[in-house]
Amino acid sequence: MNWDPLILTFKLAVITTLILLVISVPLAFALVNMRSRVKPFLETLISMPLVLPPTVLGFYLLLVFSPGNAFGQWVENWLGIRLVFSFPGLVIASVIYSLPFMVQPIQSGMANLPSSLSEAAYVMGKSRLATLFHVLLPNIRPSLLTGIVLAFAHTVGEFGVVLMIGGNIPGKTKVASIAIYDEVEALNYDAANFYSAVLLIITFVILLMVYLVNGGYLKWIRQ
Amino acid sequence: MIRIQIQKALQSATGKMNLELELHIREGAFATIYGASGAGKTSTLRMIAGLMTPEKGMIIFNDRVWFDEQQKINLPPQERNIGFVFQDYALFPHMTVRRNLEFAAGKGHEKNWVDHLIERVELGELQHMRPAQLSGGQQQRVALARALVQRPDILLLDEPLSALDTRIRSKLQGFIRSIHDDFGITTLMVSHDIGEVFYLSDVVFELEDGKIVRKGSPAELFMKKEGYGSLQLAGKVLKVEKVDAETTCVMVRIGAQVTSINMAREKAAALQIGDRIVLVTPINDPDIFRIEE
Repeated sequence: MNWDPLILTFKLAVITTLILLVISVPLAFALVNMRSRVKPFLETLISMPLVLPPTVLGFYLLLVFSPGNAFGQWVENWLGIRLVFSFPGLVIASVIYSLPFMVQPIQSGMANLPSSLSEAAYVMGKSRLATLFHVLLPNIRPSLLTGIVLAFAHTVGEFGVVLMIGGNIPGKTKVASIAIYDEVEALNYDAANFYSAVLLIITFVILLMVYLVNGGYLKWIRQ
Repeated sequence: MIRIQIQKALQSATGKMNLELELHIREGAFATIYGASGAGKTSTLRMIAGLMTPEKGMIIFNDRVWFDEQQKINLPPQERNIGFVFQDYALFPHMTVRRNLEFAAGKGHEKNWVDHLIERVELGELQHMRPAQLSGGQQQRVALARALVQRPDILLLDEPLSALDTRIRSKLQGFIRSIHDDFGITTLMVSHDIGEVFYLSDVVFELEDGKIVRKGSPAELFMKKEGYGSLQLAGKVLKVEKVDAETTCVMVRIGAQVTSINMAREKAAALQIGDRIVLVTPINDPDIFRIEE
């Protein structure tokens, strides 16, 4: 069996999730504290991938990333990276595609904390950053876990966006979901079944862990 | 001395309200803002703390300007050196009692001072528990100790006892007053409970619809009607019952005690269950006994 598509899938999911975590915490914190009229527009933009067909997102990213376009050309000239049909391009697309799955749980977790918690920290002389790390984040651990797992699982399950901007290059952009489609097309049902079963089991286990932890069935993890 | 002169349009439950007030509190005093809910008490406290910005006016602590609309000065809460006890206590749920105090004290804090405060509020045995494991009264004491950790210039208390039952209330009132006296810290409390205001404050500002309508000592504010030779007790009506054509029996709670009073029907006519009352009774030559401890 060829493990490459599976390894590539999880590599993509891990990198995407890490980047998302770094981006989403400050983004959610800013959204929670934002009073400006820009907020609904920002929230809409972040949530778009929830409803937009992945192919639409993939199509526009393809245009933007293409070296024939200003942005794609700039990235290629200055960073020496080509974004279309490459792994870095897949990562950027996945980050955009899974952004709402990470931002929304973190944002609602923070919004649900009583505002007096951060106010108490401010009155004690703590900066916003110290308050975020020492007061807010430790109290939204379930939301963080939900965000991490959803973003990870969603990236694993990606198909349309990857196909549009990554294509189907073995070892580079051929992730498991694409490989399954490929194998079915070629009537290799055994291979398709292998990839599918692995994804099915792993996704089930990951989601089960979230519900177990957040439902309080595994008390030792939350302590 | 803290001088406060602020103005802000607030959105209250009953519509727009203009909060406009001037307060002077001398150093070391225990001052209270008293008034019904929605009068602007908590907003005032929040503006002093820097958690809310007034539209106009100034807040000056000793010679330090915390807020001045004209000079465009507005110190963030971090720079005002305030101790704030929130109505919901705002204890950090993921930290132990001790950790809550240590976090407030910051890096390089004096361990002795934290120890002293924990002992002072009688939480030595509970110091390694999380807030959720404590009773309401214990949480209140943690919040109080935590507010004192940074040796604040002023202690702000937002309805500090409103969530507690009567018995614990009176114990904690004693705590708050003795801490104020021992540390000599200027304290501003917000409360709607006459009994509490009476027991704790040196000076009371009565707030109504965003304006100060009366100020003075609790005795001046609440005892004007009768003067000397009478006993005034703050309480709450629990039950109003007709005895016969002329008499009504009113059951009231005063402090932790419940007592029934027979009174003329006309006098009791306006009383309703849940009313907060001041019971005024003449005390000429009463019996007074000493309690043997």
